[in-house]
Amino acid sequence: MVDPPILQMTGIRKTFPGVVALDGVDFSLRPGEVHALMGENGAGKSTLIKVLTGVYGIDAGDITLDGAPVRFGGPLQAQQAGISTVYQEVNLCANLSVAENIFIGREPRRFGKIRWSEMRRRSAELLAGLDLHLDVAAPLGTYSLAIQQMVAIARAIDISAKVLILDEPTSSLDASEVERLFQVMRRLKRDGVAILFISHFLDQVYAVADRMTVLRNGTLIGEYATAELTQMQLVTKMIGKELTVLERLEEEPRTVTADAPRQPIVEAHELGRTGAIAPFELAIRGGEIVGLAGLLGSGRTELARLLFGADRPDHGTLKIDGRPVTLRTPRMAMNHGIAFSSENRRTEGVVGELSVRENIVLALQASRGWSRPIPRRKQDELVERYIKTLGIRPADPDVAVRNLSGGNQQKVLLARWLITEPRLLIVDEPTRGIDVGAKAEIQRLLVELADGGMAVLFVSAELEEVLRLSHKIEVLRERHLIEEVDNTGGGVDADRIMQAIASGAKS
Amino acid sequence: MTDVKAPPQPEVTVATPHKRRRADRRHIPVLATLALLVLMYSLGVANYDNFSDTQVLLNVFVDNAFLLVVAAGMTFVILTGGIDLSVGAVVALTTVVAATLLNDGWPAAVVLPLVLLIGTTLGLGMGAVIHYFKVEPFIATLAGMFLARGLSLLINRNSIPITDPFWTAMAQERIRFGPGIFISTSVVIAAVVVLAGAAVLAYTRFGRTVYAIGGNADSALLMGLPVGRTRIAVYTISGFCSALGGVLLSFYMLSGYSLHAQGMELDAIAAVVIGGVILTGGSGYLFGTVLGVLVLGLIQTIITFQGTLSSWWTKIVIGILLFAFIVLQRLVTRRAR
Repeated sequence: MVDPPILQMTGIRKTFPGVVALDGVDFSLRPGEVHALMGENGAGKSTLIKVLTGVYGIDAGDITLDGAPVRFGGPLQAQQAGISTVYQEVNLCANLSVAENIFIGREPRRFGKIRWSEMRRRSAELLAGLDLHLDVAAPLGTYSLAIQQMVAIARAIDISAKVLILDEPTSSLDASEVERLFQVMRRLKRDGVAILFISHFLDQVYAVADRMTVLRNGTLIGEYATAELTQMQLVTKMIGKELTVLERLEEEPRTVTADAPRQPIVEAHELGRTGAIAPFELAIRGGEIVGLAGLLGSGRTELARLLFGADRPDHGTLKIDGRPVTLRTPRMAMNHGIAFSSENRRTEGVVGELSVRENIVLALQASRGWSRPIPRRKQDELVERYIKTLGIRPADPDVAVRNLSGGNQQKVLLARWLITEPRLLIVDEPTRGIDVGAKAEIQRLLVELADGGMAVLFVSAELEEVLRLSHKIEVLRERHLIEEVDNTGGGVDADRIMQAIASGAKS
Repeated sequence: MTDVKAPPQPEVTVATPHKRRRADRRHIPVLATLALLVLMYSLGVANYDNFSDTQVLLNVFVDNAFLLVVAAGMTFVILTGGIDLSVGAVVALTTVVAATLLNDGWPAAVVLPLVLLIGTTLGLGMGAVIHYFKVEPFIATLAGMFLARGLSLLINRNSIPITDPFWTAMAQERIRFGPGIFISTSVVIAAVVVLAGAAVLAYTRFGRTVYAIGGNADSALLMGLPVGRTRIAVYTISGFCSALGGVLLSFYMLSGYSLHAQGMELDAIAAVVIGGVILTGGSGYLFGTVLGVLVLGLIQTIITFQGTLSSWWTKIVIGILLFAFIVLQRLVTRRAR
């Protein structure tokens, strides 16, 4: 730990219209270390990386690489200088082949002509080094997101990087893939590569990082050795307050407000869609949070989409308030008081160009029809209330949503559905890619909504979260709903669910 | 806090035969066009006398060489997910400028490079506007279209005959393969353009960057590809191809006229789309565009052979085909997703 830093950033400042994203941030990275960048959503982690790689310019501050001042005009220049990045979203081209995605821009050539066979051979070798055996001539889009992520990492690794930036690389990988990635990271570390690692999973950070730098609201909180900071201390530094909300939720017993056998709001009988989800039974009552647990691709989202009319079932019946209905479009579901907050907030959720206010009133306005505009005063009142309740930052209704961090975009999306006052709120991965503090706030909010009599269908890949919130857990495995676990008392633990998922048998 | 132990996962490998089939899905639009072409040709041969003459087929190339060149340039643009509406107007401008200068006694050796340079520069300008000012290609090239068409009207409203010896030689030169079987020099030029274009798309970094931009421009940028330069380049190529198409058209017509090539941009786009290039970019082949041009040409030929149909039927058939192919694209891309 005496090596001089390979990369040094000092006094970095970056502003967007209406938002100070980074204010006087210092950061240093040494060769042969894994350095975690920690902070809540909106703390400025992604901005810092984009500033470093030249995607954004900076308003003030210095960056030095190998002791020499640098300022990159874009990722290409950064890459040439030895800084490679794997971003949170898979930034590859799904239409091109796997091999091309690894080598594009630096294909092996002879007399200017790309040597395809050479390129395929080297890609296959490279991927084999990561224990990945793919048809490298096939379009990348035919593979799962997890595989695409590994291809992105293979590309970054192959670009002989002095500095490798991994921005949320693990969010779409399963546990064994994560472990494989960590092995690769440790090997690179031994080779003297400096790795900047961002992850929301604290366990992963503690498993692999040597040091960490903590940001909060665009300012630097400090730099620490991982061994010298407990997880609790870290979280406290990240959110700037004690983590009481989460702990309180933990202790609160889950009680259904009125636990008489009431009429379910939504009732699915043998509902299913070929290739998406096998026929299932499900009833959701008011005041109840129903969690969907299962692995990636187990049919969680598919089930939710059927209930919202986003996909049409080819089997079974759906009853709302005891009456059979056919939901042909999401619009019909909305008219029945069902709201669906999508997992892809960027592509299916918020409209980045519009302001926070416009995004929030969108669904309500749509359900009223365009001929009856919502009075401006009512808009202001609603928007202000939800900005306050959900803690949307910055608390400015006129700021464009694309300037908000992921967690705050998620809150805007929730607010949009909440003002339509749905009776059943379906939330698909509301806490993915957002930090502990915002997570706790969103979880608390869902509990409050259920206490107020709303039914909530909660879809999340994070089992702990599902356990913490749900009264009832539906366990999915390979597109079958295999078990319903009652969690009203809160006594169910993760192992119990994992076992159900693993064994697949009703116990 | 979430790193719960996962149950045993299936091995991360994908069965090869399953994927092979999916990879082939990219060829479906081109194969459909090929099938359509064969069908149309068989119909023609079955219904009309002399349709089976080799020259009938070669004439499709002779009569559409300029469109082929223009559509080749358009293919580059559409592969990046863009569009170029200016091509027809640039073709007209080229014929008018060439005819005017030749009539003023300028030598062909000067006029030819000059008109090519004008078209290329116009394309470069539009590309630069699209890239630097983040203008939608539709708008930028629409402006380019009005500009080029306006300029050609300003130069001369009337049709200008070309009598230059080089031009007339090019117009009359025939490359003969046998009695009554021939192609024009324009066809050779078009073939060279197509082969060069296809090689560039398949075997050069620039060509692959074109596909990458069409697939996902943001990703291409983050992968460190020269997105701006490539985007400007495809409009420059399209400008060059339009000018070259204009030269070929002036060989064919032996005149320059500001109202030449009205709506040719739409014919070019139709040819590209029918040839299986996906309008949102990133998928398709220049070979497909050749097939698309042949389909348009064969429709005209069949209508000519029929003799009783008005030429507007060409447009109607093109419209129906275009619609069918866009629906096909939609189905293919949706299932591939």
